[in-house]
Order: sequence, then structure tokens, then C-alpha cells
Amino acid sequence: MHGAGKAPAAITIPLWIWVVAAAGGLFILLPLAAMVTRVNWPQFVPLITSGPSLTALGLSLRTSAVSTVLCIVLGVPLALVLARGQFPGQRLLRSLVLLPLVLPPVVGGIALLYTFGRRGLLGSSLSVLGIQIAFSTTAVVLAQTFVALPFLVLSLEGSLRSAGTRYESAAATLGAGPGTVLRRVTLPLVLPGLASGAVLAFARSLGEFGATLTFAGSLEGVTRTLPLEIYLQRETDPDTAVALSLVLVVIAVAIVGLTFRRTAPKLLNSGGTRDA
Amino acid sequence: MTHSPETSRQVPSGQVPSGQGTSRQVPSGQGTSGAVTVRPAVFSIDAAVADRGMSVSLELSDKETVAVLGPNGAGKSTLLGLIAGLLRPSSGRADLDGRVLFDAGTHWVPAHQRKIALLAQEPLLFPHLTVLDNVAFGPRSAGASRGDARRAARHWLGEVDALGFAHRRPGQLSGGQAQRIAIARALAAEPDLLLLDEPMAALDITVAPMLRKLLKRVLAGRRAIIVTHDVVDALVLADRLVVLDAGRIVEAGPTRLVLERPQSAFAAGLAGLNQITGTVTGHGLVSEDNMSIAGVVDDAAVPGEPGVAVFRPGAVSVFPEPVHGSPRNTFPATITDLEPHGDQIRIRAGALAADVTLSAAADLAPAPGSIVYFVVKAAAVVIYPAKTVRNDEAGPRP
Amino acid sequence: MSRLSSRARPGHLTRVTLERRLRRLAGLICGLLLCTVLAGCGSSDAGPAGAGSSKATGAAGSPGSASAGADLSGTLTVFAAASLTTTFTDLAKEFETDHPGSKIRLSFAGSSDLVTQISEGAPADVFASADNANMSKLETASLLAAGPTNFASNVLTIAVPPDNPADIGSFKDLGRSGVKVVVCAPQVPCGAAAAKVEQVTGTEVKPVSEESSVTDVLGKVSSGEADAGLVYVTDAKGAGNKVTAIDFPEAATAVNTYPIATVAGSTHKELAAAFIALVTGPAGQRVLLAAGFGKP
Repeated sequence: MHGAGKAPAAITIPLWIWVVAAAGGLFILLPLAAMVTRVNWPQFVPLITSGPSLTALGLSLRTSAVSTVLCIVLGVPLALVLARGQFPGQRLLRSLVLLPLVLPPVVGGIALLYTFGRRGLLGSSLSVLGIQIAFSTTAVVLAQTFVALPFLVLSLEGSLRSAGTRYESAAATLGAGPGTVLRRVTLPLVLPGLASGAVLAFARSLGEFGATLTFAGSLEGVTRTLPLEIYLQRETDPDTAVALSLVLVVIAVAIVGLTFRRTAPKLLNSGGTRDA
Repeated sequence: MTHSPETSRQVPSGQVPSGQGTSRQVPSGQGTSGAVTVRPAVFSIDAAVADRGMSVSLELSDKETVAVLGPNGAGKSTLLGLIAGLLRPSSGRADLDGRVLFDAGTHWVPAHQRKIALLAQEPLLFPHLTVLDNVAFGPRSAGASRGDARRAARHWLGEVDALGFAHRRPGQLSGGQAQRIAIARALAAEPDLLLLDEPMAALDITVAPMLRKLLKRVLAGRRAIIVTHDVVDALVLADRLVVLDAGRIVEAGPTRLVLERPQSAFAAGLAGLNQITGTVTGHGLVSEDNMSIAGVVDDAAVPGEPGVAVFRPGAVSVFPEPVHGSPRNTFPATITDLEPHGDQIRIRAGALAADVTLSAAADLAPAPGSIVYFVVKAAAVVIYPAKTVRNDEAGPRP
Repeated sequence: MSRLSSRARPGHLTRVTLERRLRRLAGLICGLLLCTVLAGCGSSDAGPAGAGSSKATGAAGSPGSASAGADLSGTLTVFAAASLTTTFTDLAKEFETDHPGSKIRLSFAGSSDLVTQISEGAPADVFASADNANMSKLETASLLAAGPTNFASNVLTIAVPPDNPADIGSFKDLGRSGVKVVVCAPQVPCGAAAAKVEQVTGTEVKPVSEESSVTDVLGKVSSGEADAGLVYVTDAKGAGNKVTAIDFPEAATAVNTYPIATVAGSTHKELAAAFIALVTGPAGQRVLLAAGFGKP
């Protein structure tokens, strides 16, 4: 088990760790495998290509893409402020920004309802402007952005911190103003972190259910995303629900695989190798 | 990135910032047309960083290279950060060719507007840019077109003999190559002042001499401050040497003078000299622990005033028994350490050292802890006045 | 274990064997985890893995053995539709008072969720559904001990926010353009009833949302997001003054009937029968009527 020939310097892990680790791995994989056993394979393709299924999948992909863009637009400045800024209440702000990570999505939905809903904090002002968010696709995007934003901020802030400020200082002494430093040095350096953060945000948006259900409602083609469709189909058509669940799992696996396929990018240690 | 609104406020061109010293030349800011301004070609800093216990005053004329040496933690990098604009002083002021860089409390020019490039110990080449674009970074930031910036970058790559690497990525370079590119990149920004923070410290020992040669070439006729721990850098690259200790300049002067007549123990160590401080007498010096030392007394040394005696370890003979007879100095010494030194053995006894031949050492059979006698001829001891260096004396060479 | 295959449709036999293997594997993992998370694993495992055995005893051994001791004690697990939460909680208390030594565990969820759970072997003794469709799923799968009994009915009503912003007065008003109406999706009982009323009245309602449960419909109305929602009379009543109910005569065309039955795998069949008797009897009917339910 300890790959004798391959990595002689590797630290040997106690056997029982392997055993427990295997149990942990199975704990995650077994339910997925169990679900696969329930898939009605002969009907699989018709089930997932039925009108409502495709509509829900399309809506999910579209709204998640928009939410991801929104997460990047809002999350990059937020991560920069948290990683590079120094201001009172910074720690508090960080905790609050990460709150949606630990908040039950339905609570997020209620909070959004009280903000953007018809009788919410901003909702009444918005409706004066003729903007109706409730029951619209916009509401889905808002719910998804709300729950996905911390993923992007967390991932990017980590990248910014590990990248450090040395390259930025070097750029400044070469005459680059803050804007140039951000555009030509900081962002390219943390691009891998930004990419993985964006992918995670997309995946989280795709899986968003609770906040959407509470805040946006459920109408085919407008607000009924794939998870909501699965939830509904489960009532009358478990085969479709299982088939669509599998589709969601496959997409999630593909996304996670895509993000973590590359090992740690060799960006941060590139002052050149020492002379041999 | 962290300016408070008050200190980051820019003083409009031509306006006298409040709280500014009256004797100073009022800067005109950058490029105020019409106003006739005197632009003294000098860099000066007189500033303190309270929380790091730093207080320095230093001036550099145009085209002068100053080496800053000092023990670890003396504040050398802090000094560079202060000048480059990466660190805020708690008080003081700095000017570069008539431009105010900072005047604590009223004026602050951010790093990117100072025209001061900083070359760090590590090359810090931007990993996502090619070598060419790394070097073109400065010109691009100054507003040059892509084409012009690349042309400039090629020129500077040529200057450091690295044109062949133009299209490589930093990850494909060795440490020495990368540092060469970093030098080209710093020069391409055409700074008014170049700061070098131990540029050879992270390099392999075999690469350092080549890079030193390169630096000697490119620093010629350029204003630069080089922080180093190597006295060779100071000798080869600098016109003047400044010794920094505990955040203060303890010694400054032309490199050769400092090394010949070191005032501080650190400088004496750099020069490889034994140094004893005390009070000048008619024929020599009385050390602080009341030991008489005979030597050649400099004309400037006034009896009764503080003085410094120096002698080379090679001038010291070591005996197992006291040796009498003038004109000689004999110091009883307890051996603390032995080490090879060229083709000789260096015997250390506290702050003093003696170099003896291998055969002499064999006869002596010295061992740490044994008591010996260091003997040095009076003619080999130079005695000169001790100067209390005030920071404002660290001015440019005459 | 023969009962298991009756649940699996023909042609899915290979699936069953795979399942069995996975279950064995699941048991193994639980064994491993047991040392660290003793309680959690044990109780959650009781559902799927223990189902086969409990069902077997229920089917084969119960008629003789269980009827012998007529002492009505033990713990009865009742799975009931979410709309029965208040009434069944009251009735359970009453039952426990009437039968000292008995204890009733209540589990409330959507009817179809409960059906899925019972099909997967959840240890339920009694199942009370909000509609006949879900009850018949268990009946056709031979998962009921006896035929179901209808014990209540429910009709739709229009729930509007207290200030009735869209000025809704009748079912026809729901068809007006610009009125934000929320209904249940046709897949769930309340949605099916709504569709039926629509058909009968010839009113085309264009909902802004088709929710999966009555609770979600009610939530959208009480928060003021929607102008109106179609919910059951009992739901509107349960929401108190957060919504106003506007009854409409056409509701009678889509009456929803609530059936109750003993689950085949029950090990407390007598206790179950007693509870069902309470629900269908005068005491149960009194409580149900008070909550707004109609007679079956």
C-alpha cells in the first residue's frame, strides 16, 4: 500500500488510516452507486430528453452561467478587499461573506425574499421602477449567486494570500499603478484560483435548490431548475427523478474533475530554479 | 494600498506643503510648465520608522552608488522599502532630484510614481509573462506602446547579454539567468534611483562573480543603493559605504577609507582588521580595559581624545610565553576558536585574531581555552581618531 | 425475502441482486463506522437493512402470534400526510391517554415521500395519506395489511394576503391577467385538484409558480409575494390571520379524500387498528372537523 518503488521518501501512513479512509471514501461513493442501480436504463435517454427535463436542464445551465458571471463581478473585488485591504471590521466582513456557506439554503431564500421580494427591503423600491423579481428567472439567478458567491471569494482569497504581495510590490516599483498591477500582475497570478472558484460557484449554482424554492418559486421554463424538477418528478415519476439526478451527478463530477485535474500550478515559485 | 485619506492627499504642484522645512528647495511637482525650478540632482532621505527603531539620514549625488552593509536585522531592507515607497515613515522627508517623495503627514508619492526601481534578492519575474514582456513591463507601465516597450526591452536584454532568452518563460530560467533578466527589467524602467537588495544572496556561489561583473558594468554612472553582506560588492560596485546597525548609520564614507580605518567593530570585521578602541596617548592608545598599545599615531589624533587602533591579524605573532622588548605590544589571550585561513591558521581570541603559518601553529599546538600571547610590532599598529558619526554626516563624497 | 422481489418490477431482477450486494457492503461499512459513530449508524441502518426481516415476520408470523396478547401497549409508528400535523398530534395524545403503556411516534411529510419511505422499508405501522392515489401505490405493491378506510376530506380554497391586493372575490378572478397566482404542480394532489377545478369552471389560470407542496404555496401568499394561492381549506385555517381564505362553490368538484390503513409490515397490528378506529370514530371526526376537514 505504500508504493515502495515509486516514492521512497514518502511518509508511511499507518494501516488503520487507510482502512478508515476507505470507509470514508465508500461513504461518499456508495450512495451514488446505489442511485445508479435504480436507474431505469432502457428508458434513460427518453427520460432525460423529455420536454420538461431538457427545459429544466437548459434553464439550470443558463442561470448558473449568469450567476457565475455575477459571482466573478462581485466576488473578485470582494476577495481583493478581504485579502489585500486593511480596514476595521475586516474579519467580521469575511465571516459574514462566508455565511451562506453554512446557512441552510432555505434561510437564504427567506432572507432574499425579505430583501428583493414584493414587500421586501428593496423590493418595494424596485417595483416602483417596474422591476419585478419574485417568480422570475432573475430571482433564480439571485438565489444561486447568493449561495455560490462565498465559494468564489474563498477560493480567490486563498490564492491571493498564498501569492503574496511581492510581485505586486515589484510591479509598483517598476512604475505600474494600482490598476495596471491588478490587471497585469495580480489577476494573472491568481487566475487558477479564480478559475477553480468560478467552477465551484457554477457547480454550487447548478445544485442550488432550497433558496430557489423559497424565493423564486417553480415554473417550467422560468424558475424550475433541474433540482426543482427532480424534486417535483419524485412525486409521480421516480424514474425520471433518478435519471435526472444522475445527469446532475455526472455534470458535477465533470466539473469537479475539470477543476482539480491539474495539480498545483507552478506559478508561485517561478523566480527561476537555482543554478545547478 | 493602505493610505489613510489624509496622508495620501497629493499636494498640488507648486504649492508649499504645510509643515515643510523652510530651508528645503520647494519642489515643483512633475512637469509644471513655465515655472523655473532648480532641480538639485540629489537624492536625500532623513526619516524615521518608529516601530522598527529606524532613524536614518542619507544623501546620494547623481551617478553615485552607495553600498549599505550591516549585521542582520540592522534595518537594511527597511531602509530600501522606505525609499521605494513600500513602507511608510513615522516622520521625516525624502527628495529625489527636487521631487518630494514623502514628507511625513503631508506628502506621499506612491511607489509607482517615484521612479525608483527595486531589485530584490529573488528575481520575482512575473511567471505568466515571457522574458521579453517582463522587461517591457516598466516601459509599458510608463505608457509606451507595445512595440516601443518591446524595442526597449530588447535593448536592455542586450545590455545583460540575455537576448537569447527573450521568448522563454521565467520558469525555464536558472536563478542566475532570472536575476539577469530582473536587472534588465529594473533598468528598462529607467529609474532615477535603483535599489538593490542583496541581489546575489540567493544565487549559487559560482554565478555571483559573473553577475557582479554585470552589475559593475550597468551601475557605472548610475545612482544606486546596494544592500549587501559582502564586502566585495562594496569594493567592486560602490563609491561609498554606509554601515547600518540597529536602524542607525554608524559609519559612512568612501569605501576604501572605511575599510582602511574602520570606526565600528562591524566595519573592522568587514575589513578583516583587529580593532581596539580607547583613548589616544602620546605614543599610542589606552584601551577601554586599561591596556597600553603602542603604534603609529595619526597626525589628526589628539592625545586624550577617543581613538581607534587597528592591525592586521597577519601582523600578529603568537607565543606560548610573554615576550618582552619594545617596540612591541603583547596581549595575553585565551584562544576561543581556530580556523583555516588561506594557507594559514587563524587563531581567534575574543575580538582579536592572529594568522600564523601551519608550522608555527604545529609548534604552538594551540587549543581552544589555552592561554597564549598575541604580539604585534608597534609599527604594524595604526592609531587614528574615533569619530562619532552623526547621521547627517553621511553625505555624498567630497 | 421473497416480498422484496414483488416490489421490484419484472425485468429488474439483476438490479435486485446488485442491490443486495451493495447492502451487504453498506452493512460492512456501517460495521466499520460503528466504533466511532455508534448511535447514528445503527439507527439509520434499521430502515433499509432491517426492512426485509421485519416484513417477513409481518407477513408470515403475525396472524397467529400477534393476536394472542390483546394487551394494547407498545410503540406505534404513524406516517401521516403533512396536512394532518395538527390534528394527528392531538389525536395521538388522546390515544396515549386512552391506552396507557402505548406510545405513538408521528412522522409527517408529503404523502408521496412517505410512500417512497415505506416502499424502501421504513418501519411504519399506520399510513394516513392525503389522497387515494398515493395510498393505492402501496395497495398495488401489497404493502398494506388491509384495505384503506377514508376518514376525512378536504377541498380547495383561495388564500390571499390579508389586504387582498389583487381584490380576489371568486375563482374566475384568478384568471385575470396580472394576478400573481401560485398553485401546486399537477404532480401533487393539491395541484391535481386545482387543475380539475380549472377544467370545470373553464377558467384558465396562468400561475407564476407551481410549487411542490401546499406549504410552499401558503408561504408565497403569506409573505405577500403572490396575490393568491390555491390551498386546502385546512391549510388556510391553520395559517390563522396570515392569510384570508376565500371559499368558492366550484371547490366541491374536486374533493380530496384522506385514506388511512395499516402497513403490511406492522408488528403492532392491533394497536394500529385501535388508532385507526380512533381516527375514523366520533372523537377523531370531531377533531378533524374542527380543523376544517370535511366528512369522508
